[in-house]
Amino acid sequence: MAGPILAVPAIGFTAIHPVLRFPNFTVASHATIGAFAGYVANTAGGLPAAPCVALAFVVAGLAGVINDEVVLKPLRPSGALTTAIAAIALGIALENVVRFVFGNDLRGYALPIRRDWQWAGLRIGPQQVQNFAIALTAMTAVFAFLAFTRTGKSMRAVADNPMLAGIKGINAEAVARLVNFVGMGLAGVGGMLIGLDTTIDPLTGFRVILSVFAASFINDLGSIPRAAVGALSIGVAEELSLLALAPAYRTAVGFAAILLVLTLRPRGILGERAY
Amino acid sequence: MATYAGLYALLALGLNVIWGMGGMINLGLVGFFAVGAYVAALAALKLGAPMLAGLCLAAAAAAAAGWAMALATARLRGDYLAIITLGFSEVVRLVASNEIWLTRGTDGISGIPGPWRGRLTPEQFNLVYLVLVVVALGIVFAMIERLRRSPYGRVLRAIRDDEQTAEVAGKPVRAFKVEAFALSAAVLGLAGGLYAHYTSFIAPDAFVPLVTIYVVLALTVGGTGNNWGAVLGACLVVFFLESTRFATAWLPGLEPVQVAAVREFTIGASLILVLRFRPAGILPEPLPHIATSGAAAPPEG
Repeated sequence: MAGPILAVPAIGFTAIHPVLRFPNFTVASHATIGAFAGYVANTAGGLPAAPCVALAFVVAGLAGVINDEVVLKPLRPSGALTTAIAAIALGIALENVVRFVFGNDLRGYALPIRRDWQWAGLRIGPQQVQNFAIALTAMTAVFAFLAFTRTGKSMRAVADNPMLAGIKGINAEAVARLVNFVGMGLAGVGGMLIGLDTTIDPLTGFRVILSVFAASFINDLGSIPRAAVGALSIGVAEELSLLALAPAYRTAVGFAAILLVLTLRPRGILGERAY
Repeated sequence: MATYAGLYALLALGLNVIWGMGGMINLGLVGFFAVGAYVAALAALKLGAPMLAGLCLAAAAAAAAGWAMALATARLRGDYLAIITLGFSEVVRLVASNEIWLTRGTDGISGIPGPWRGRLTPEQFNLVYLVLVVVALGIVFAMIERLRRSPYGRVLRAIRDDEQTAEVAGKPVRAFKVEAFALSAAVLGLAGGLYAHYTSFIAPDAFVPLVTIYVVLALTVGGTGNNWGAVLGACLVVFFLESTRFATAWLPGLEPVQVAAVREFTIGASLILVLRFRPAGILPEPLPHIATSGAAAPPEG
């Protein structure tokens, strides 16, 4: 999967992790939910790609907030790992809700087919350019939000030191809810962008989860600009791996990257800087 | 069915060593299970190794994989191990699906020999194999229960409860974690080997992440940290899986894929509910006889 698309769910995961402090595996199922929300809007509602992406963001974000409130939040006191297990179970449950409604068939968006642009011997697909633009817009928006708005600052404060943020009067619960909405929304956009590139099915999100984790990991879990850089590197590495490996092993590149980083310089990623 | 319960009990026991006692999580259980199954199958078919040797190889291969992964993440927080094990199980499935020269890809490996298969009727074979699995389960159970009661198990629990204190007390925490993880992986690999010889056919489809959830559910329902609980939970989960296999009759008007979805949803949902409302499971972990502050030590039972 191309780096910029990968960056979107990776940023979502990276944003959630330092605030809620457990690896939220439901990023995968929310990516699927977003992809199917966009699919319904596109095929049944007849909307073009851009508003569908916006809808994917909202639906996946809302689903993320609800799932967290109802399922994961009450488990958080039992520890990060218990919550991570519950997240895996929740992911499987959500995936099966999608499967129950839509079945296992591969589905594609109803989009006009456009001829590739040819320029100086390169072939460029307009759809890919559009996906790239959407991904870039989403990333820029999130980055600007975190860097410049008051709400963004309070999110960073909670990630850095929840107790201190609480003393300063920041409502950690509200921040957690917001972070979930934005993070899972981004996952949903990521799922939809993957769908625009290829097809979707209930496993769409799960299939890319390794690449998403790798993108968040190879630099510094918790830093959004670095997650973007990480995603680009994983994207390029996955494409380059085609020179040496069978295409099926593309997703194994992410795993190899995680293992390599953890073995070679664990200190580089140990420093958990928030955003 | 009873044989499957035995295999799941082995898996749950393997998980109990690291999650119940050591407090480390393995979300790629099915990956180690798959490694064991494939190694045993290939040892039998390509090398012509006897079953016992194949099983030993299976356990050793899974242990080596677990050792490497625990070593890579031993210094880091548990999150990393969770992610890396999940990744491992996916990569194992990828390799099994794509290295066709070795694993015959998605077609799977068939014709894995079983003890006296062919000379016995299928019913007799099932019975023989059940005895075999129960014997294996008994041996593993005795070893892990012994481990749990030993000073080694005490250190593991100390690490689970407070890693820093254990370290201050002079325990080599990293070595303990890596060893325990490798040991647990060996049990998972053994279960995989037994599975391969039992079904005589393995394919990547059998090793999906859902299997991991079954095992975690079994241990959580039974009682995390309690070996009897692991066995009990495995029996309950297998009973549930087998009884819902006929669920198509109860849920008229649903497509097969929808019935499968309902079934998988139920598994996920029940794990969440148990974690939420009965985290200690049916048989909670037996607490060691220690004096709590102010109270005298109860007599040794």
